[in-house]
Amino acid sequence: MMANGDDIRPSPEAMLKLAQAEEVTAELGKLKIFLGYAAGVGKTYAMLEAAQQRKKDGRDVLAGYVESHGRPETDTLLEGLELLPRKNVTYMGVALQEMDLDAILTRRPQIVLVDELAHSNAPGSRHEKRWQDVEEILEAGIDVYTTVNIQHFESLNDVVTQITGITVRETVPDRLLDLAFEIKLIDIPPEDLLQRLHEGKVYIADQAAKAIEKFFRPGNLMALRELSLRRTAARVDDQMRAYMETRSIAGPWPTAERLMVCVSGSPYSEKLIRATCRLAEELKAQWFTVYIETPGVGRHIRENRELIWHNLRLAEGLGAQVATVSATDISAAVMEYAHKHNITKIVIGKPNKSRWRELISPPIVDSIIRFSGAVDVVVVSFEPEQHKKSVPKQRQRRPFELGGYAASCALIAVATLLCELLRPFLEPTNMVMFYLLAVVVASVRFGRKPAMLSALLGVLAFDFFFVPPIMTFAVADTQYLLTFLGLFVVGVVISTLMARARERAEVIRVREVQTASLYYLSRDLAASADIDAVLKALVRNVEEALEAQVVILLPEGERLDIVAFSAGLILDIKEQAVADWAFRNNRMAGRATDTLVSASLIYLPLQTPASVLGVIGVRLRHDRSYHSPENRRLLDAFATQAAMALERIQFSRQAEQAQILQARENLERALLNSISHDLRTPLATVTGVLSSLRDDESRLSEQERSELLETAAGEAERLNRFVGNLLDMTRIEAGAVRLHLEPCDVQDLVGCALAALEQRIGNREISFKMLPVMPLVPMDLVLMTQVVVNLLDNSLKYSPPGKPIEIVASTESSWLLLEVADRGQGVPEHDLKRVFDKFYRIPIPEGAGGTGLGLSICKGIVEAHGGEISAENRTDGGLRIVIRLPLRTTERQHHDF
Amino acid sequence: MTSEHTTDNLPRILIIDDELAIRRFLHTVLSRTEYALHEAENGHTGLAAAATFRPDVILLDLGLPDLDGIEVLRRIREWSPVPIIVLSVREREDDKVAALDAGADDYLTKPFGVSELRARIRAALRRSLQQTPEPVFVSADLSVDLSERRVTSHGEVIFLTPTEYDILRLLVTHAGKVMTHSQILKQVWGIAYLEQPHVLRVNISNLRRKIEADPSRPRHIITEPGVGYRLKVMEKAS
Repeated sequence: MMANGDDIRPSPEAMLKLAQAEEVTAELGKLKIFLGYAAGVGKTYAMLEAAQQRKKDGRDVLAGYVESHGRPETDTLLEGLELLPRKNVTYMGVALQEMDLDAILTRRPQIVLVDELAHSNAPGSRHEKRWQDVEEILEAGIDVYTTVNIQHFESLNDVVTQITGITVRETVPDRLLDLAFEIKLIDIPPEDLLQRLHEGKVYIADQAAKAIEKFFRPGNLMALRELSLRRTAARVDDQMRAYMETRSIAGPWPTAERLMVCVSGSPYSEKLIRATCRLAEELKAQWFTVYIETPGVGRHIRENRELIWHNLRLAEGLGAQVATVSATDISAAVMEYAHKHNITKIVIGKPNKSRWRELISPPIVDSIIRFSGAVDVVVVSFEPEQHKKSVPKQRQRRPFELGGYAASCALIAVATLLCELLRPFLEPTNMVMFYLLAVVVASVRFGRKPAMLSALLGVLAFDFFFVPPIMTFAVADTQYLLTFLGLFVVGVVISTLMARARERAEVIRVREVQTASLYYLSRDLAASADIDAVLKALVRNVEEALEAQVVILLPEGERLDIVAFSAGLILDIKEQAVADWAFRNNRMAGRATDTLVSASLIYLPLQTPASVLGVIGVRLRHDRSYHSPENRRLLDAFATQAAMALERIQFSRQAEQAQILQARENLERALLNSISHDLRTPLATVTGVLSSLRDDESRLSEQERSELLETAAGEAERLNRFVGNLLDMTRIEAGAVRLHLEPCDVQDLVGCALAALEQRIGNREISFKMLPVMPLVPMDLVLMTQVVVNLLDNSLKYSPPGKPIEIVASTESSWLLLEVADRGQGVPEHDLKRVFDKFYRIPIPEGAGGTGLGLSICKGIVEAHGGEISAENRTDGGLRIVIRLPLRTTERQHHDF
Repeated sequence: MTSEHTTDNLPRILIIDDELAIRRFLHTVLSRTEYALHEAENGHTGLAAAATFRPDVILLDLGLPDLDGIEVLRRIREWSPVPIIVLSVREREDDKVAALDAGADDYLTKPFGVSELRARIRAALRRSLQQTPEPVFVSADLSVDLSERRVTSHGEVIFLTPTEYDILRLLVTHAGKVMTHSQILKQVWGIAYLEQPHVLRVNISNLRRKIEADPSRPRHIITEPGVGYRLKVMEKAS
């Protein structure tokens, strides 16, 4: 962000940020934090005072959770406020009272009072922490008033520990401070606070009394007070800056710093992260936390997996962008990441390796500094006593380790036996080779430590049995000392190398498996053309890759439906509610997350940049699998891939639908055009005739008058026919026509049709041939009469007046065949199917004035009877329409169509 | 709502229709042909007029604003056998059958031609004015002597089965009027045969073969698709 004196326009980034913030706050409720520096400063009191004021202003205020600790002044202030009953939660037989989050969300007040923001909820609650509850309330658009002490803010956590010597476990992310619409600092001088403490006005839980007493020392209080004042001042400063940025007020702009901190499984990493966070805040900089995973430290990863995961989560919670990078060379990877992300400052911990180890492997800090170029490197040091904070290492004993030691001993015993057998033929120094072989075997088969044991035992056995004086550990020839040393050192080196090679292979194997499973999934997904296939591929691949049980939920209207799941996995209502939460909030939830941890599955939203498409729930076989970064990464990758595949299918569906819609629109437009033309033309004639009769009657001769009337009557007739056809077509298409099937005489059918057309037929020759005996055919006589009328009408229109029209009725197995044939021009071959389409008209120069609906109505009616209609050109000229009707009623005809 | 006609001996026609345009049109085409007209624009005034005006023919529209036309029909039929011709835009056969079964004498679908309307009115008047049925029915080449149960075509005696004769007699006594399938079935075979329309078709088919010159273009027994049959009345010559 560059700004100079002449540039008076606000920077686009600043405006965008502001717009985003406004957009978010438009939906979010407003958070007001009553911030104190210790218990007893009067936060709750101040909050209630404010709440009473709001209530007087006519706002809807609800006390969601207020802890008065029995102080009478506070209780007085509670009067008149609506108190929400607390929810009783039983955990391990202990009854606990918690805030009823769901009741608040249903009650939907304008303002909710939530005391003690840093509170940890009872296990089994939806969220681990109360601040998460508050976030959800805010997201629902409800304002929240809350209280919290400064020492609970995450980035200040270690500073507070340093000042007071007390580690605060209940922490709140700093982003809540940024989120707050208003922060009210509740400040009283430490002397007054101490006075209140002595008067017993400060609530102290009995069990914590001692610790709290230590806490309430004047020095501590002063430091904490300063901390809270400074933090509030920093926030005011932030607001000022934001204001200046949007108003283009030139000022001391901070440079666009981007910080990066490298962490490992080291116990210092946490402190490193907090330090970087504070630095980033001071510099107003974006910051990144990177963990470089190298194959060489594979074992290290396993042991510190928990710690690394914990550290990365912490960094995420503090607002960092978190990444794990795999590389062989740490410093190169760090620099590559830094360059890629335009990092300006790299923060690393000061190494605490001893001098001699530095000689063997130079510290990474050195090489990073050497290659850093334009990037600043900040090295942070730690006090040694910090070490005790480290999370106890969870060493996983390999099951066969003890066995390995035993086997190593056995190997040495075997080597000794062999040497004993070969003693007559071998020099003692050559026997060393057998022991060396045993060490190599041990290191290949049993790992590093058993191999080292075997090296040691080998030396001892060799000394005891074969080095003179035999059967003692004494050594006559001092040259053997060199042999011992050689044997031992070679054993140790070999076993170390082997162990490292194994670990490297293991890391590669794990990576290989992950890569392969991702590859399989993406291959399967690419091959999936519909949602079902995608779901199947996803379930199968996640099952195989993670040895897990999977469930996938997709939104169906308002709720989530289970659309795919592993065999044997059943979701109860509670689990579905967790999935639902993950979907609505677009955050992961369930086991091993921050939210609704009591669930037995972990739920990840299937999200793309554009939307959330569903939720995937996974149950892993082992508890520790949930915390493995590899699994988490793989899960994330799976979820992303699946979401993209689902989105792709949705998009292609939408495109298809848009196409269909377009085609339908075109058709409808053509239809409307045609209809309006067909309706208006006869109307125009009728209107014209009528107006000329009304206005020019005297000037018209008798013959002209009768001609005009004849034309108008014909057109009116045509209009009536067209409207009738349109109505029929609409009825058929709307399915409003009900067939009244009755056994009918085909002769009667033809007779009715001929009668209806009597006038039009005039003297035209129409022949009707049928078998001497015809069965009665089940049909709807009215509709079928109309079919025959339409066919005859077409024949009359499209064939020359002198040529005959032929009707033939016959049967063919179980079908009635009814043909109407004329001697007209026929229809172009490629249009034979299209003649039954709506508004198809045979292009005749003069235009016979058809509606273009007749044949399509015929088709609709005949098909409703379970019959078929087709058109063919007669070999000797003319068109033949053939109707086939079933002689017996079929199932279908009893239904409406 | 009174007619301006003073002559009492003209046939009286009651028009029950809510459409002013239709009423005006009917008024124009019918008053010239010497009828005494009375108009009612809804069902209730129509019912009242039927009682006070005592029409010889009623022209009834089914789509009335206050009462359904079928209901009007039923209420008139409760006390009067006056011929009722239904004029309606409802062209579905269900509606026709319902109106005819409710007691309508004839059914004309709008739009209709004036000459068609006049013919139907004449036929209805003939039926209502005729006190005792003529013993001999003659239409073109067909003649039916009801007293002697004798049917001739072109002067030749035609032999009919008893059922065929019963059908023909029914049609003859209601000549010019549409008889619905159920009316014929009920009166010829009895109520048990209402669901057996094919016996009627077979008999009509046979009857036609005997009295029609070309059964596929019948001139006497006209099929009203979906409704029923009508015996056409033609002048002697043809």
